[in-house]
Amino acid sequence: MSGHRVQKTYREINEKIKQGKAVVVTAEEMIDIVQRHGDVEAAKRIDVVTTGTFAPMCSSGAFLNFGHASPRIKAMKVWLNDVQAYGGVAAADCYIGATEVAEGDPLNSVYPGEFHYGGGHVIEDLVAGNVIKLRAEGYGTDCYPARKFEKNITIRDLRDAVLFNPRNAYQNYNCAVNMSDKTIYTYMGVLRPRMGNANYSTSGQLSPLFNDPYYKTIGIGTRIFLGGAQGYVAWQGTQHNPHVGRGENGVPRGGAGTIATIGDLKEMTPEWLVGASFLGYGVSLYVGIGIPIPVLNEEMARYAAVKDEDIFTQVYDYGMDYPKGGELKSLGEVSYGELRSGSIRLHGKVIPTAPLSSYYKARQIAHVLKNWIEKGAFLLGEPQKLLSSELSSE
Amino acid sequence: MYTKKIVIRYPADVVDQPIVYRLVKDFDLIFNILKARVFPRREGLLVLEVCGTKENFDRGVHFLKEKGLRVEPLSKSVKQNLEKCVHCGACIAFCPTGALHLDGDSMMVLFDAEKCNGCEICVSACPPRAMEVDLL
Repeated sequence: MSGHRVQKTYREINEKIKQGKAVVVTAEEMIDIVQRHGDVEAAKRIDVVTTGTFAPMCSSGAFLNFGHASPRIKAMKVWLNDVQAYGGVAAADCYIGATEVAEGDPLNSVYPGEFHYGGGHVIEDLVAGNVIKLRAEGYGTDCYPARKFEKNITIRDLRDAVLFNPRNAYQNYNCAVNMSDKTIYTYMGVLRPRMGNANYSTSGQLSPLFNDPYYKTIGIGTRIFLGGAQGYVAWQGTQHNPHVGRGENGVPRGGAGTIATIGDLKEMTPEWLVGASFLGYGVSLYVGIGIPIPVLNEEMARYAAVKDEDIFTQVYDYGMDYPKGGELKSLGEVSYGELRSGSIRLHGKVIPTAPLSSYYKARQIAHVLKNWIEKGAFLLGEPQKLLSSELSSE
Repeated sequence: MYTKKIVIRYPADVVDQPIVYRLVKDFDLIFNILKARVFPRREGLLVLEVCGTKENFDRGVHFLKEKGLRVEPLSKSVKQNLEKCVHCGACIAFCPTGALHLDGDSMMVLFDAEKCNGCEICVSACPPRAMEVDLL
């Protein structure tokens, strides 16, 4: 890290936060600051840049420990509001996954299925403090004789509830169109035929991993905003892939880095964890995440000032190309500036765009996090190991 | 000229009577049928865009109510539940009239009930199911 004109440490920034002297701005505000004053001056002035994202994130879920019943049961199968949770963890533990659909749902037998309720909704109901019907079945052992257990519970009755999401906050994601002749129902939303619309799902310039494209400050132990509470980066996310094509600014031009996140579900709020139903596809969970980027030097200041016009993604056909698997053929490259303008131009056609990621909520998260840090209620967590990047593997 | 979208609900006993044509004949109103659910001996529903002078519009609506029909502005039957809406924008590509749109500054999803034609596509296209339409 030599050769930087500004150099700060986590400890120095945390000292300033504790004294209420840290200067914190959101990733949107940082753009203007660096443009106006340059990266060196910005790095001198600004200590932390806050980011945010709020989007449906499959690969989310929660570990729950429901304590022991009387008589005791080794819960082999577990349901919460008729949504099955994985019970093969331990006698009184289970994992409720965001995309599990309620039992008895007609799925896509009445196409397109509506998928009203699932794991994501159970998690939202839990954090909202709503009553959940817990049902468990066991096979009976000498130490755990009961075979059936049923009880109405709320999150307060659970001994432990830990949100643990194996893959969140994707650094960039596909823009989806449909080149076929019929409407299709996907995890990227409803896509009208003949490229009738283009859906995308990141908060662009506000998105955490776009503001630290080489993961120079994000790793295991980074403290984050997660679902309205303080959580942590637990590991690099599944499918984390730093080895993708990047622009001159280091920003990947397609799906790349991911993080696994962890936090206490009991501290979270339903404002930032919302169940989602995707017509014809299934259920998921909107997750709110914000990561503070420490401005350790002018290089970080430059990264954190990235703007939508300089972030690009690929457009793919979800009508034929995506479902068949294998290497995807990009139909074109578009910037988030274009995507957020309301339409893109592709193959001579103007296509209206729609986000699945809420920029409004992402902006709110960046402001909440900024507020926490300014008040001294949130200290930076120095990562114990950074996410693997193409730089670190060299 | 005054233009308004209204929802007319017919009680089951008058659903077989010709009534709305009188809006044209007696009140000089133009209407465009946006949606209709009419079955014999069951409560019926019509969504109309009605155009005419304000005075004739009011007299026409009064006439319909006298005939025992319930008349409400469309905006009463289609609502964006702001408690549930997360302002993602998944709905905006489907809204055929632009009633649902993203505000460029606030990045909030706004709903303009006057533009809505009651097609109901948004109801199931919305992942948090924030659009509430009562057109049964």
